[in-house]
Amino acid sequence: MAPRTLLQKIWDDHQILEEDGQSLLMVGCHLGHDGSYYGFSVLEERGLKLRRPDQFFATPDHGVPTRSRSLDDVTDAAQRRGVETLERNHARHGFTHFGLGDVRQGIVHVVGPEQGITQPGLLLVCGDSHTSTHGALGALAFGIGASDVAHVLATQTVWRKRPKAMRITVDGTRPAGVTAKDVILAIIARIGANGAAQHVIEYAGSTIRAMSVEERLTVCNMSIEAGGRAGMVAPDDTTIEYLRGRPFAPQGADWDAAVAHWRNLPSDPDAVFDTEVELDATAMEPMVTWGNSPENAVPVSARIPSPQDAASTVQRDTMREALDYMGLAAGQAVRDIAIDQVFIGSCTNARLSDLREAAAIARQGRAMVPAMVSPGSSMVKQQAEAEGLDRIFREAGFEWRESGCSMCVGMNGDLVAAGKRCASTSNRNFRGRQGKDSRTHLMSPAMAAAAALRGRITDVREFAQGAA
Amino acid sequence: MEPFTLLTGIAAPLDRPNVDTDQIAPARFLRRPRKEGYRDILFHDLRFSAPGEEYPDFVLNQPAFRQASILVADRNFGGGSSREQAVWSLVDYGIRCVIAESFGDIFWENSVKGGLLLIRQDEATLAGWRDQLRAAPGSTMSIDLDAQTISQPDGTSVAFEVEIARKRRLLLGLDDIGITLRHQDAILTAETAYRARHPWLFDRAAPG
Repeated sequence: MAPRTLLQKIWDDHQILEEDGQSLLMVGCHLGHDGSYYGFSVLEERGLKLRRPDQFFATPDHGVPTRSRSLDDVTDAAQRRGVETLERNHARHGFTHFGLGDVRQGIVHVVGPEQGITQPGLLLVCGDSHTSTHGALGALAFGIGASDVAHVLATQTVWRKRPKAMRITVDGTRPAGVTAKDVILAIIARIGANGAAQHVIEYAGSTIRAMSVEERLTVCNMSIEAGGRAGMVAPDDTTIEYLRGRPFAPQGADWDAAVAHWRNLPSDPDAVFDTEVELDATAMEPMVTWGNSPENAVPVSARIPSPQDAASTVQRDTMREALDYMGLAAGQAVRDIAIDQVFIGSCTNARLSDLREAAAIARQGRAMVPAMVSPGSSMVKQQAEAEGLDRIFREAGFEWRESGCSMCVGMNGDLVAAGKRCASTSNRNFRGRQGKDSRTHLMSPAMAAAAALRGRITDVREFAQGAA
Repeated sequence: MEPFTLLTGIAAPLDRPNVDTDQIAPARFLRRPRKEGYRDILFHDLRFSAPGEEYPDFVLNQPAFRQASILVADRNFGGGSSREQAVWSLVDYGIRCVIAESFGDIFWENSVKGGLLLIRQDEATLAGWRDQLRAAPGSTMSIDLDAQTISQPDGTSVAFEVEIARKRRLLLGLDDIGITLRHQDAILTAETAYRARHPWLFDRAAPG
């Protein structure tokens, strides 16, 4: 057989048939959340059943409150209805559901890996664009829209054209202060917000290999911000050790069979990628975004670029508009930007290691602006509390909240007010993303914590490094 | 879904790259049932400073472009979130075709389900069309999906590419679930074989 990429192997394993240039693919795992209501309403309208309740796992995250676990704290009736409808559909259809109040609840992209539901070699889908996160474990995982959610609920399959394969190789030891978030922001700055359009990315190279699974999750999470359909990392010992003993990971003889399968998944040595990109991690710095696209990322030591240097009229106008929206001037030092608040959370950067890195900075001072921490899952919250991270944050003046998507998307009412500037560990700095006319600067958890202590964007390397 | 055959309508120029789905359909409007309609939320925060208060400069607020059914955009239209409400709000407004240099991948997949035709064109051509549309506001363009031709603002015609699966679904207004259910036997056979290869992926219930 011709050498194949990780992508091709998973694709071939899940392809049922081809028709009109599209593959009908088996879905190995389907994840859901409080936005899944439309898919279930289609099932009901058409008198269809949930085809595989054992392969659908759901937890409410987008609309859940972070001040408490009470639905009464969700002021928007439509958001509350989403969470309630998920519970009702769980009762009716019998899938696995981690509801509000269950310690296994959390952001679905944190919960899937944490519970061992996400596994190498799976074709995994979810009605959310950051489904690319799960590729960190060697799954082919991509976000789908509401009609496709309905389609997967009804048929456990999805139609897709075979994508192109892109390999992004990052080599070298990361300098101090450079996190997985900085690596992915550097990648997006290099290739652009649609740089991986029509491709599935495989992240490779010594830098990626040396990363923990949690760090790989951060990298794969933002593949969609580079326009990629998915991002993935080939499973290795790190992956397998991460999964061992997790609640939904295979056990006993199943474990051995699964590991044997996973070991065969990495791209063959001679496999050909449609596109290759290479980056040097040793030259990277902590990154910050200045505009309204994740591609507007620059090193913290840099100055804001000038529209006069733009390649085209449209780009120049767009940069001007972004600077105007963000209240910034070309040539301004990134480190001079004063912020109004800090958000540490989201499916990008709210796992235990992220909170440890932020706490290691937070303990060195006191927040000068409002700062909140929303753990990625209720399990992460519990573990962080067992380590005393909550105490470190509280003593430094940070608010310690419950788990959910929270201020990354603002659907639960955790919003950045108009004109306010937020240092955020989330994934999107789009206009209005964190609230109408809000201003977002994306950065790593440690950088966000440093920004909180100084009240302005700060180079985290000015602080002592190390675990909390 | 309403079939897409021949569309002739006013084309509006949208001179900005990276029009993400948060701009097309802001998150705070997303939990509305489909039948309540999404027309009023399309580009909400670009169109309105407050509910009902329009920004006069935004292209769809200009009299000549209010009835537009075609958008001529730029690079990376519809990137970001998977929200299909982005497609619903465009279609509910009356936009049936968006032409751009590239599109967000999930938006691309969602579009066909709502009967929205997406066409890729190079940036120079798009910039030329937008210039012509601005010079003669209210100009129409025509899209013939079967023939795969676009009549440009200046009246001349160019061909466009469309994948056969997308063309068939749009032309006939076909729905994916209906198409897939014709393959029940193949699905069952594949599922049985998949289960034999990966038994640990089945009957995964919550551990006690």
